[in-house]
Amino acid sequence: MSMNTQGRPTGIGTGGSTNASGSALIPDEPLLFEIGDTEHSGVDLPEVELSNDRLGGFGRQTKLDLAGLTEPEAMRHYVRLSRMNHSIDSGMYPLGSCTMKHNPRLNEKMARLPGFSDIHPLQPVSTVQGALELMNELSYWLMTLTNTAAVALSPKAGAHGELLGMMAIKAAQEARGQSHRRIVLVPESAHGTNPATAAFLGYSVKPVPAKDDGTVDVEAVKAALSPEVAAIMLTNPNTCGLFEPQVIEIAKAIHDAGAFFYCDGANFNAIMGVVRPGDLGIDAMHINLHKTFSTPHGGGGPGAGPVVLSEALAPFAPVPFVRKAENGLELVEHVESQALGRVTAFHGQMGMYVRALTYMLSHGADGLAQAAQDAVLNANYVKARLEHLFSVPFPDYPTMHEALFDDSFLKDTGVTTLDFAKALIDEGFHPMTMYFPLVVHGAMLIEPTESESKQTLDKFCDVMAELAQDAKSGNSARFTAAPVKAPRRRLDETRAARQPILKWERPEELPQAAE
Amino acid sequence: MRYLPHSAHERADMLGVIGAPDIDALFSAVPKAALKNFVLDLPAHSPEFLVEAHMRALAGKNHAAGDGPFFVGAGAYRHHVPATVDHLIQRSEWLTAYTPYQPEISQGTLQMLFEFQTQVAKITGMDVANASLYDGSTGTAEAVLMARRITKKNKIILSGGLHPHYRDVVKAYLKDDADLVCLSPSPQGQGDILDKIDGDTAAIVIQTPDFYGHLRNLKAAADAAHAQGALLIVVITEVVSLGLLEAPGALGADIVVAEGQSIGNALNFGGPYLGLMATKKEFIRQMPGRLCGETVDADGNRGFVLTLSTREQHIRREKATSNICTNSGLCALAFSIHMSLLGEAGFVRLARLNHANAIKLADALAAISGVEVLNKTFFNEMTIRVTQPAASVVERLAKRGILAGVPASRLLPGDPEVENLIILAATELTTDTDIAALSAALTEELA
Repeated sequence: MSMNTQGRPTGIGTGGSTNASGSALIPDEPLLFEIGDTEHSGVDLPEVELSNDRLGGFGRQTKLDLAGLTEPEAMRHYVRLSRMNHSIDSGMYPLGSCTMKHNPRLNEKMARLPGFSDIHPLQPVSTVQGALELMNELSYWLMTLTNTAAVALSPKAGAHGELLGMMAIKAAQEARGQSHRRIVLVPESAHGTNPATAAFLGYSVKPVPAKDDGTVDVEAVKAALSPEVAAIMLTNPNTCGLFEPQVIEIAKAIHDAGAFFYCDGANFNAIMGVVRPGDLGIDAMHINLHKTFSTPHGGGGPGAGPVVLSEALAPFAPVPFVRKAENGLELVEHVESQALGRVTAFHGQMGMYVRALTYMLSHGADGLAQAAQDAVLNANYVKARLEHLFSVPFPDYPTMHEALFDDSFLKDTGVTTLDFAKALIDEGFHPMTMYFPLVVHGAMLIEPTESESKQTLDKFCDVMAELAQDAKSGNSARFTAAPVKAPRRRLDETRAARQPILKWERPEELPQAAE
Repeated sequence: MRYLPHSAHERADMLGVIGAPDIDALFSAVPKAALKNFVLDLPAHSPEFLVEAHMRALAGKNHAAGDGPFFVGAGAYRHHVPATVDHLIQRSEWLTAYTPYQPEISQGTLQMLFEFQTQVAKITGMDVANASLYDGSTGTAEAVLMARRITKKNKIILSGGLHPHYRDVVKAYLKDDADLVCLSPSPQGQGDILDKIDGDTAAIVIQTPDFYGHLRNLKAAADAAHAQGALLIVVITEVVSLGLLEAPGALGADIVVAEGQSIGNALNFGGPYLGLMATKKEFIRQMPGRLCGETVDADGNRGFVLTLSTREQHIRREKATSNICTNSGLCALAFSIHMSLLGEAGFVRLARLNHANAIKLADALAAISGVEVLNKTFFNEMTIRVTQPAASVVERLAKRGILAGVPASRLLPGDPEVENLIILAATELTTDTDIAALSAALTEELA
């Protein structure tokens, strides 16, 4: 293999002479800049004269140097690339805290109806009454499932919703003359977005320790409360997969102290239709539509993070929102003396609303509850099948939608959690979430979701058990070498961070260096 | 329930393995007062054909852009998306993959993101781009925060030509900060932003083409900002314009933020969209969002990983540079496929076609009695002043089946200066017939 500067390989694959180093039917694929050129195009567009342009002298003088592909070239490039991805349609994706469930294609078909996909956010409201009805209907489902008073649909993702929910809390505290409240309580087991959001809004973050059983102690919350506390951010079910048994007492303590209860709703999948968060005393909670209501993750987004709000926070919802008017529905885009304003340019993720509502209607209230129960059943089944070989850090309660193990079963085997995960790849499974939650050493967080059949779960458990036994029997080489059957072996992440190469450059443009 | 794999028998077997008498036993940690103590006023599950009928009925109540002449822009644009793009993004391995946390089995997504970053860097003329943000508006707010981290100064000046919704998003993100200067909108195109810059300024934010369609002099803005140690943040809501206009990077921009919806992504009533962000090499570690980097695997083969994640919330928690957790991966894929289908030749031709149609539109509008075209410069969007309140004119045209543009008052309510202004866009999809229909209808409405 030839190398250019910075030790970058210019050839593809160890063979060097072919593109087929992956395996027989999954060939490697060069970068599009290596196969395309600036003259190729896969779009037929007429060439027009611009004899009298109105660009005021701001026209482009420099070259774009943008590679193009003809349509057959593009088709093959992106199909070949796609085959180097694992996906929920090709196999189990037991990523704890990420909720990778089946993505029904009906959702996709509906989202592509021109009446939804080909409408502009700023066309006259009289011409989009169906879209407003859809937003209204989705809002109704979300408020009913959570027993809350209001919903803000616009946030673009879960973390964005979290930001908006905390903004609403901040605005409400200010309206009460309580702007001196500068502390937000965040349990140690929280998602990283929780402390990041609180800090983003200028709060200081005060951690709340967990009890030995993995849940938050109401006494620890009470001890952390003071007149300076604005809110608590609690995930429930929490990231250890446990339902917080004292959540109602925690909510009461928070409210008695004049603070608000923000609930991270990332794990709503475990309780939809079974527990209404409003009954637990939450004031705000974002709902990851893309997780719970199956809008596809698309390799990392787009998400959607509507926030449900209690009566106390409802007046602090941001624009825009839908309201009943004389002639149908109206879209409120401006409110005088609006406390919060706007968190995104338009009305949020309409494409995701369509998918989520389609999913809700398909399941109905009964199906959503059944799905939550099956998700919990599956997680407990995995836990029951593996707990004799793996170590369970918090055995006191049944787990909810995800099963948590730690790496103490790997002690003295020379196999790390990471090695173990990479070996799972060779067995055809996407690894579980690793090293999260942070409260557990070498955490392995498994979320099968309701989509997996008993047959798949059994196969997964068999493989996990076999790997655990192999690790304990001293066969560490299998793990440290893994993966060997994936499109790539273990990748050098340190090198990527130390010498960042973040875009393709023409080889001749790279600075010369010794090989 | 077609999506749920278990039979009642299997459920019972599994409970047996768990050692639980029934499913409620698995919810034993839920306080009794909260467990299923309600009846939901929601329908039961429904067959596919009924769900489809319901959704079609809702969709049918909307006037789709393709149903008639269409000139609506102001931050979202109707362009043709090649059939190949939508087919490819619906392939299971793209559509149903998660964030590439396991790079060995996510090389497709990772290589695509690396290519996407390269494309964005090239069209903006910047050193590096990230792997996408939520949209242009939140990207603008993130750019403002990033400029503050870089300069360690606080004052931010927003040009009056910045999309009013983008301005509102920045305001929400910086709520507590007094050091935000929002200049008034300037429909006539003259800007007074440059003489507001002083030594305390972290950044000035300039949109081009601006909200009213005018093109802005980025070179002058960059020079003025840099003379005071401030950064220039350039915002672009119509990314197709970069096929014809000089790259902001070549004119001195420090951070470029754009809405990428125009390439590969449908209008979708406002989302999901695609935030593009690019910057200079020295600012990489202050840039929010995901980055994909090139590296090698254990066999020495080229491969890709998410990198520089030490800035992110899952590692730095309360010290993270933003709370962003996801991005717009699938929209970035659509953008990248469409952009690679265009290539340089196609991207330039697309931009020329947009501009040519906009010239036709501007000339046709200027010929109508009672219409004044405010723009001396534009790309594919312009502002006209009519002799009546714009909102009413646009509504009347909509009743005639013509979606004529955005009344500026919808985004700037209560501003008497904009009451009679309509912002209109043309794209490659705008036909001579559309323009003739609009001209005839507008002539009648204003008569």
